[in-house]
Amino acid sequence: MVNRPGHRPQLQFLSRLAKRWTMSTSASAIDVRSAVGEFYRTESRRVFATLVRLLGDFDLAEEAVHDAFAAALKQWPTEGVPENPRAWLVSAGRFKAIDGMRRRARFDASLGELAERIEARTSASGGADLDLVEDDRLRLIFTCCHPALAPEHQVALTLREVCGLTTEAIASAFLVTPATLAQRIVRAKAKIRDAGIPYQVPSREELPDRIETVLQVVYLVFNEGYSASSGDALTRPDLSREAIRLGRLLLELLPESEVIGLLALMLLHESRRAARTSATGEIVLLDDQDRSLWNREQIAEGESLVERAMASADVGPYVIQAAIAAVHASAENAKATDWAQIVSLYDLLTRVVPSPVVELNRAVAVAMRDGPTAGLSAIDAILDRGELVDYHLAHAARADLCRRLGRTADARNAYKQALSLARQEPERRFLEGRLAELA
Amino acid sequence: MKYMLLIYADENSYNDGEREECFVESIELTHDLSARGQYLAANPLQSVTTATSVRVQNGKRLVTDGPFAETREQLGGYFLVDATDLNDAISIAARIPGARKGTVEVRPVVELTGLPKTGELVGAVAK
Repeated sequence: MVNRPGHRPQLQFLSRLAKRWTMSTSASAIDVRSAVGEFYRTESRRVFATLVRLLGDFDLAEEAVHDAFAAALKQWPTEGVPENPRAWLVSAGRFKAIDGMRRRARFDASLGELAERIEARTSASGGADLDLVEDDRLRLIFTCCHPALAPEHQVALTLREVCGLTTEAIASAFLVTPATLAQRIVRAKAKIRDAGIPYQVPSREELPDRIETVLQVVYLVFNEGYSASSGDALTRPDLSREAIRLGRLLLELLPESEVIGLLALMLLHESRRAARTSATGEIVLLDDQDRSLWNREQIAEGESLVERAMASADVGPYVIQAAIAAVHASAENAKATDWAQIVSLYDLLTRVVPSPVVELNRAVAVAMRDGPTAGLSAIDAILDRGELVDYHLAHAARADLCRRLGRTADARNAYKQALSLARQEPERRFLEGRLAELA
Repeated sequence: MKYMLLIYADENSYNDGEREECFVESIELTHDLSARGQYLAANPLQSVTTATSVRVQNGKRLVTDGPFAETREQLGGYFLVDATDLNDAISIAARIPGARKGTVEVRPVVELTGLPKTGELVGAVAK
């Protein structure tokens, strides 16, 4: 149903590792213990994804993962690392869960029935099949990003269950209390259970819509890390890194053009991170950035992904945005940028996803291609329709064009308006700085 | 699982022809669902202008004209279906003609034990 790459280097590495340990009798218990730790880091989310399928419940699976690793920590140092560690962990987790339910069945008879059902439905080797296991990771992603869950719940659940971040880490990244974040996760899990959200990779017909939701979640995580919507810091690199990691995982599991496009877009944005802020934490606009600080490795990877995605039959919004970022990345400076190509890519983007924000970006590119007057009238056309009037960047862009045209009073008014709408501290300082320059 | 699909739309947005078409299409859908063993019940409701609200407070009956809440979109009908999971219920909801006019709210049903069986009841009435 879904194309999958045939090559899985990580798994080969793991089985080699496992073989070495089983064959060598001299491996010390400490080595094995650190190996368990390493398996936990790389494998626990896969084991979890499979156990959710086998046990049919997130909380049961979470508990089973911990029990399985605890058993590994106890048994592997004396018995050696099993030939297929992942299958061992899955089967141990399944056994522990069923066993636990049977023990508790003395107080709650329904648990006994549930244990019977799970045991009958699944086999002990249920986790060993490789394709099934890879599907489990996709199942987990699609379930966490189900459109029937609220967007902030999708994000919390994905970071918790797919990425394995702690509740505290996610809470601090989104500037909410751990209790609030934990509540979101509890609610999301309750909805999955009570509304009957299935643990499934969507059918062919549903896939495009469902991929869109998954990509939105990943991009939201990235953006929160790249341009935090509020607070003191401009960026939170951990979230962006996590989003890129998710993007890579998705690409490995689901090599569709928009998936490629999103990863390319994130890499190309991320490549500018070091140049986006000054030493004192102030914003540096794209035009003024020291391009020698751009990460060439990320740019090269982003560019080759864009090429790969552009070759596909239909290009979607992420691919087009990545292509725009790639044009910026290939220019030596702002002036040498191929603005005509950027405008035509924005034209394409407007056709694919008509939105006033895209129009605003197009207007800024038009200003670079044809001069500030042309850009300004494009922005005014949007604002005159009553759109983006509450969007600080629309006023900031307008202010910048007025400034370049020498219309100081208009520029000051527009900066003031932008300032009244901006919520992020570095953005506010930037706007205040511009305003002061015009005094 | 059983799901209740509640159809909300601005009832004034239908003209007579559209309403007729909506009924025809809905009846087709019920037969299709019935053939798959998924149909439990479905009905359009009379206009919200016919609605009466009843409350009992301190044993006293309070009857008022109008719906529970005045909203732009009103409850105009429902489907009760047997679906494998939420995805299946969503696919059925997307085929309800009212989804193109307004919104279909998908709600899993709490299955109480001890309710009379619908089939038996229908049988008893038929006798």
